[in-house]
Amino acid sequence: MAQQSEGMLNPYRVLDLTDEKGLMCGKLLGDLGADVIKVEKPGGDLTRRLGPFYHDEPDPEKSLFWFALNTSKRGITLNIETAEGQDIFKKLVKNADFVIESFPPGYLDKLGLGYSALEMINPGVILVSITPFGQTGPYKDWKTSDIVAWAMGGDMAPWGDADRPPLHFSHHSQAYLHAGADGALGALTALYQRHITGEGQQIDVSIQEAVIHCLEHITANWDLRQAFAIRGESRNPGAGHFTRLIWPCKDGYVSWSHGGNSVLAPSLPLIKWMEAEGYTNDFTKNFDWNRPDFMRISQEEMDQIDEPTARFFMDHTKAQLLDGAVKYSVMMYPVATTDDMLVNPQLKARNFWLELKHPELGVSLTYPGAFGVSSAAPVTITRRAPLIGEHNQEIYEKELGISRDKLIILKQAGVI
Amino acid sequence: MAKKLFDGIRIVDFTWHLTGPFTTKHFSDLGAEVIIIESKKRPGWRRGAPRSGSNDQNASSKLSVTVNTRDPRGIELVKKLVAKSDIVVENFAGGSIKKMGFGYEALREIKPDIIMMSTSMQGQTGPYSSHPGSGHKLTALAGFSNILGWPDRPPAWIAAYTDFIAPRYCILALLAALDYRRQTGKGQYLDLSQYENGLQFMSPLVLDYVANKRVATRMGNKSAYAAPNNAYRCQGEDRWCAISVFTDEEWQSLCRVIGKPALAKDARFATLMVRKGNEEELDRLITEWTSGRTAEEVMNLMQAAGVAAGVVETGEDVMDKDLQLRHRQTFTELEYPGIGKYRSQSGAHFKMSKNAPELKVAPLMGEHNEYVFKKLLGLSEDEFSLLVKEGVID
Repeated sequence: MAQQSEGMLNPYRVLDLTDEKGLMCGKLLGDLGADVIKVEKPGGDLTRRLGPFYHDEPDPEKSLFWFALNTSKRGITLNIETAEGQDIFKKLVKNADFVIESFPPGYLDKLGLGYSALEMINPGVILVSITPFGQTGPYKDWKTSDIVAWAMGGDMAPWGDADRPPLHFSHHSQAYLHAGADGALGALTALYQRHITGEGQQIDVSIQEAVIHCLEHITANWDLRQAFAIRGESRNPGAGHFTRLIWPCKDGYVSWSHGGNSVLAPSLPLIKWMEAEGYTNDFTKNFDWNRPDFMRISQEEMDQIDEPTARFFMDHTKAQLLDGAVKYSVMMYPVATTDDMLVNPQLKARNFWLELKHPELGVSLTYPGAFGVSSAAPVTITRRAPLIGEHNQEIYEKELGISRDKLIILKQAGVI
Repeated sequence: MAKKLFDGIRIVDFTWHLTGPFTTKHFSDLGAEVIIIESKKRPGWRRGAPRSGSNDQNASSKLSVTVNTRDPRGIELVKKLVAKSDIVVENFAGGSIKKMGFGYEALREIKPDIIMMSTSMQGQTGPYSSHPGSGHKLTALAGFSNILGWPDRPPAWIAAYTDFIAPRYCILALLAALDYRRQTGKGQYLDLSQYENGLQFMSPLVLDYVANKRVATRMGNKSAYAAPNNAYRCQGEDRWCAISVFTDEEWQSLCRVIGKPALAKDARFATLMVRKGNEEELDRLITEWTSGRTAEEVMNLMQAAGVAAGVVETGEDVMDKDLQLRHRQTFTELEYPGIGKYRSQSGAHFKMSKNAPELKVAPLMGEHNEYVFKKLLGLSEDEFSLLVKEGVID
């Protein structure tokens, strides 16, 4: 087959035992071309019960959460808590490069399927373990949730309003997606090492630490200045004024901060655009936008800048503000909603969105497409998420050579 | 002593501020030779003074050269370095690197199997490609701001978020490209858009709109699968503990912990369905108990009873107090000789059973000019001195 039609990880096979904490890991390896087999419990993983659902019909074959995080995977069902299931799993491990799991630490060891057992079957195998707090340490057996992960990862305390609790993102867990992605980094880092030494190893991902890798100012401010941002207050310690960071506009909100001459939030490009459309006052006309002490200007002064700015935003739509931000080189973006994204001109021009057929639903659904563009090999979704046991026959009968009669027995025994 | 994991891999690093530096940090902390190309004349935001902030953290284990890339001789020096390198990473606004003379086509002529990555806000093609943006604002465009906050209020503010999603995709793409080069001998050009990286983390909500025309909005701290699910006020100034209860069994445990076992039988809270309908009362009852206890005590008691709970940690908590992070040595202390110490996240985002990162302090600007230009590229003392004198090596 031509190289052009194959993903970069085409030679590799992945066995994916994870739940929602680790599903992203296998998806990423699959989108890069690896042969990923999602191993589910007989009857399907519990993760299929997580919504949202297609047409709001709760059904294990209609979970949009499942669809989103299991692209580019095949699917089999197997009960690894039974002796027969363990035998079959070990046969699969012989030809696998990666096993990904998100069970509590020690669970696979108890089943005789921990790293030391897998290594005996296949010395090159790389076991990726994704858990709330890692495989070691005083909290290793503790439970987590999305809000607990953001809390303990230190990326929640500064966000929200002073009169209400600290906040984390709504809907599906962002923390688990970071951890899943980190599992994929671990898998390929260990693969690099395996090509030198011939040996696999265990990758230990902590969801708490995955969140720690989303921190920068929060850790630097404590480490170097023994300071931390207080929720709902001005973001710049020592600033002479408070200014908005999220502003209402005609049909929603826009993210903008006046930073004067700052590299990351220069005011002048927006002021020029506002001037072109007549949104100025005497103060903004005469203000020195290059003054180095911009952060320390008084509230009274800031209010005179904010006033025409707020008016300008209220008279413009999100689409106009995005368009103008590009045209006038303003470091500003509207607060997009999911319907905005699908009509974004840049994403359309880059053919980002991908239509994926779901024949059993009789529709095609639009998915976020490639995470990157490679000049050498496709990075793309290779197939929609598997149905429950969709590839049992393909894997068990054709590949492992288990007879049809034996498969019926295994099915009746609750193994597959 | 085993070799370092990425021993022998050399990376030319044009990146600055967050996404780019966090990408190359993965490789430098695991032993790759990452050489930052910078200029003392135009330090920009790439490097503040030592001990000023994130540059200290994310430049760990890297080398630094200072060279004027507006001088043709500077361009030649960098090209010579590329010829001896495996990977080039840059994160300027789309198209800028080509204008500087270091586009992929130019670099491929010098090093046919080079792996080059551009990571920018919007990607290298399309009508918005050259827009200079920042992750702070891209967090809004990628949809995250709209799902952070209270349903009755405007979106809440969070600092750069997509800047922490993008490095993961960048590292992954580079690792895959290294393996592809091993398989085929071929290099490649990788075009990553931070916007497109961010949208990967929105995918279930995108599908919800596509299939059900539902536009995702803000839910405060509520979860469809857990109640209670919030941060609860504890003793002390602005101290909070997050608690999540998914199952009825966990709910019964929580009732025992707060000393109200009778509550477990209360019909208003017995199942997730009814708890979801009585969340305000639930939050009030729990706050009554948490507000008289420290966040640490709440966390420890809940976790001991099998309920997910965790202190809403500040920078101080994660760096100095959290026992798990201390055990895992999640942060490493580094020292600029004669200047002072600082701490950085300890390299790779995971632990390996057979390898470990070895962190070195971030380089001072131009600290490795002699090593790179003389030892690596073979400039003579005279050639080197002349280039320094004429400001090519600045």
